[in-house]
Amino acid sequence: MTQLDFYTILPLTVLTVWACVLLLADLFIPKDRKGITAFLSALGLAVTLGLTITQVGHENTGFNNMVVVDGFAAFINILLLASGLLGIALAYGYIKRMGLERGEYYILMLFSLVGMMLMAQASDLIIVFLALELLSIPLYVLAAFARPNLQSEEAGVKYFLLGAFSTGFVVYGIALIYGATGTTSLSGIFFAASNGTSSLLLTIGAALLLVGFGFKVAAVPFHMWTPDVYQGSPTAVSAFMSSGAKIAGFAALLRVFATAFPSIAIDITAILWVLAALTMIVGNISAISQTNIKRMLAYSSIAHAGYILMAFVPYGNKEVLPISIAAGLFYLVSYAVANFGAWSVVIALEKADGKGLEISDFAGLARKYPALAIAMTVFMLSFIGFPPTLGLVGKFYLFRAVIAGGYTGLAIIGGVTSLVSAYYYLRVVVNMYMHEGDPTIENEEWLNFTIATTAIATVALSFVPQWLFVMASTAVLRLL
Amino acid sequence: MKFLFEPLTLLTFFPLLGVIVLLFMNSEAKTAIRWVAMVTSLLTFGISLWVLSQFNASNPDLQLVAKYSWINVAGWNIYYYLAVDGLSILLVLLTAFLTPISLLSTWTAVEERVKDFMIFFLLLEVGMMGVFLAQDLFMFYVFWEFTLVPMYFLIGLWGGPRRIYAAVKFFLYTMAGSILMLVAILWLGIYGNTFSVPDLIAKGSIPTGIQWWLFLAFTAAFAIKVPMWPLHSWLPDAHVEAPTAGSVILAGVLLKMGTYGFLRFNIPLFPEATVKAAPWIALFATIGIIYGAAVSYAQKDVKKLVAYSSVSHLGFVMLGMFALNVQGVSGAILQMINHGLSTGALFLLIGMVYEQTHTREIKVYGGLWKVMPIFGTIMLIASLSSMGLPGLNGFVGEFTILLGAFGSKAIGSPWYAGISAIGVIMAAVYILYMFQKMFLGPAGEITQHHQLKDLNWRELLTVTPLLILMFWIGLYPAPFFNLIAPAVEKLISALPL
Repeated sequence: MTQLDFYTILPLTVLTVWACVLLLADLFIPKDRKGITAFLSALGLAVTLGLTITQVGHENTGFNNMVVVDGFAAFINILLLASGLLGIALAYGYIKRMGLERGEYYILMLFSLVGMMLMAQASDLIIVFLALELLSIPLYVLAAFARPNLQSEEAGVKYFLLGAFSTGFVVYGIALIYGATGTTSLSGIFFAASNGTSSLLLTIGAALLLVGFGFKVAAVPFHMWTPDVYQGSPTAVSAFMSSGAKIAGFAALLRVFATAFPSIAIDITAILWVLAALTMIVGNISAISQTNIKRMLAYSSIAHAGYILMAFVPYGNKEVLPISIAAGLFYLVSYAVANFGAWSVVIALEKADGKGLEISDFAGLARKYPALAIAMTVFMLSFIGFPPTLGLVGKFYLFRAVIAGGYTGLAIIGGVTSLVSAYYYLRVVVNMYMHEGDPTIENEEWLNFTIATTAIATVALSFVPQWLFVMASTAVLRLL
Repeated sequence: MKFLFEPLTLLTFFPLLGVIVLLFMNSEAKTAIRWVAMVTSLLTFGISLWVLSQFNASNPDLQLVAKYSWINVAGWNIYYYLAVDGLSILLVLLTAFLTPISLLSTWTAVEERVKDFMIFFLLLEVGMMGVFLAQDLFMFYVFWEFTLVPMYFLIGLWGGPRRIYAAVKFFLYTMAGSILMLVAILWLGIYGNTFSVPDLIAKGSIPTGIQWWLFLAFTAAFAIKVPMWPLHSWLPDAHVEAPTAGSVILAGVLLKMGTYGFLRFNIPLFPEATVKAAPWIALFATIGIIYGAAVSYAQKDVKKLVAYSSVSHLGFVMLGMFALNVQGVSGAILQMINHGLSTGALFLLIGMVYEQTHTREIKVYGGLWKVMPIFGTIMLIASLSSMGLPGLNGFVGEFTILLGAFGSKAIGSPWYAGISAIGVIMAAVYILYMFQKMFLGPAGEITQHHQLKDLNWRELLTVTPLLILMFWIGLYPAPFFNLIAPAVEKLISALPL
């Protein structure tokens, strides 16, 4: 292991070691002071964030080209670590209130984050698989964290079974790809495929990978688990899962397909087109009939997976690829910010007995807690893609990439489904502002902090998106 | 930071200062809140007059240009680009003029959540100004969509019994059109490598086949907003449920965003498609004129009657605009202002009597003139203006439009204008019918049982400026035409006619 090898995984190593240390240290932290674990976890994330930022602008590969550091990985990792910090902030008060306060919560999050970050850096299918498992297993545990709550246990088991199933697809896909090309390295596959070994086996392998990742990012028709799992899991976990796991899944999907499979783009593009269209349509239409806010947000997260998938469709087109990757990354940021905000508002309204999760429970929020209602309105507008929020800029950017790639039809589907989405997002606003009710909320410092930061960021960044654009468009893949 | 000191930046974003002040005010201090909003909107009107004084009427080009690079990565070339020309100057003035009047009308009508109301209203003014001044498609789209949000809340929070339905319908309908426009905007942005409208026009020559699709996509957004028949069904709901001030702004300014959109974007950006589409637009406009008038006549609710009359009046605007000659287009622009004045006045007056009686059903009124003579006189003037009596503003606009439409090469047939002229007669029928039922004849239920008070000084102050302008435009419209003419001539001369 050379120094360079070590450098490529430095942030990951630090976070892993820190998580292991915390696991031990947590034993000595008294039960009623688990806030210390939360603080220490956040500290670890902050240090890792600092290390990751030093990697910006560098390009390295390590471990015989199995792990890579590039602008893309750095961008995704910064986003993931920021999500981790927000995830801790909104969980801190929540798990205490719900009686789930155990130190493992934060530590599992850290382990999962290591997996997510590795996913963004993986340039070998074996590492992709390793990262996938590392990110998923802690999430299975977290989903069932509220045991003996039956819903939470069900969520955990369901997520585990379907997750394991999808991992099977990934492994099978990797095996077929290895069979077709004789290598698992992304660059190796690229060379083998462009040298004419683009066989049916390779295409099937790639399609199976797509299925596996489709489960992770909740793309239709692999989305069935999402509403149940997001509804059953502790809300803080759903918030983290719907942002973090999605970011990581998309990171891997982008890297694997853009680096390894450009030669079979003709076959895959059609599949991606259909997946994106289906995901947007089914996600948005199913969300309309939801009455539970967690389920609605689950379907909304499916729908947004569809929007992000749109950025993948032109992946075989070398000219459009950079802007579509940048657009995908930008959209991921805008989605993650609004998503954390929206889930935080849900957490603020959730009661210890699991009440307060119906959309009708938002009635009258604007009169009693105007600031919270304004924040939620901002998040909903951002999800719809309305000014003055980051969501509008994200959609603008994304649709532009798709149209530049020549898929105007897909952009129109995206637009029309946004219109559909306006209906159910507005229902939350209607409930908050135009119906009478007497909601009560939990006032927790860190939760309020999360809501305030995400709301301000959603509005403010929409006026000065320039630097984020620059970051996203320089965060291009180290392509071959 | 230099863009902050441009006159048009000031004009667009000045109401935001009021919003910021309002945010820090105690929501119980209702009178103070009203005054802050009022002063803000009056100052904005003052700024708009100052902008007018800086405006050179003989120059057909964009003026007071504020153009700064805003988002400029990866071939985006988005500008912060505000400018005004003859096509928009009157609409800018109208916006700044109607806002304080609308606010004055809410003085006693809005008692609930006054602070929120004023904030949304001032935000709406920012959005409307932005729509008329933005010369970059991205910026325009942001403002265009943004106007929906405050209006949605104005209808949904302070509206009538079916306000939620109306608000959501308004939002979704408008957004449906905008989505297609968004796709077309993006296509243009990629094609021209810029979103700046003047640059796109200068680049010119979009292939005719594609022009047609882009034209349709923009038309979808604007035709819903106007609204053109058969996309008008959101309008009666929104108007009936909206609070008075909301109706005034909705009819006075928001609908003009649609007609203005045609003028600013469709005609110069897609000249070939425009010329080809002119007879079709004229057809739909004519249907709208007759349909709107006929449906107005059948209404039992006076607000709905005025709402449907808007469909008819805006049909005239569209007909004139797509006559694609100087008379037609100038008439159309003037008629946009006229409609804002006369319909605005009608909504204000209806709101005043509704505040006392809480009903808008025509048949329960009757004999109002005897009880409220001042109100009756003003209502009569506004009605006559709306139906286009010579000497009042409506006549000037409609006459010019019909003149333009008769001789239009683009429309190609005088029949559209001929049939539309029947709409003028029909307008007289439904307006006079309404006036007769409400103001003349024996006293109706409401008139008998209510102690109706005539207009007070505040209400008079609200409508007087509108009346003055009605007479001014009716008797001496030259200054208004002079403002419009050079820009219109430039617009028309670029068309392949």
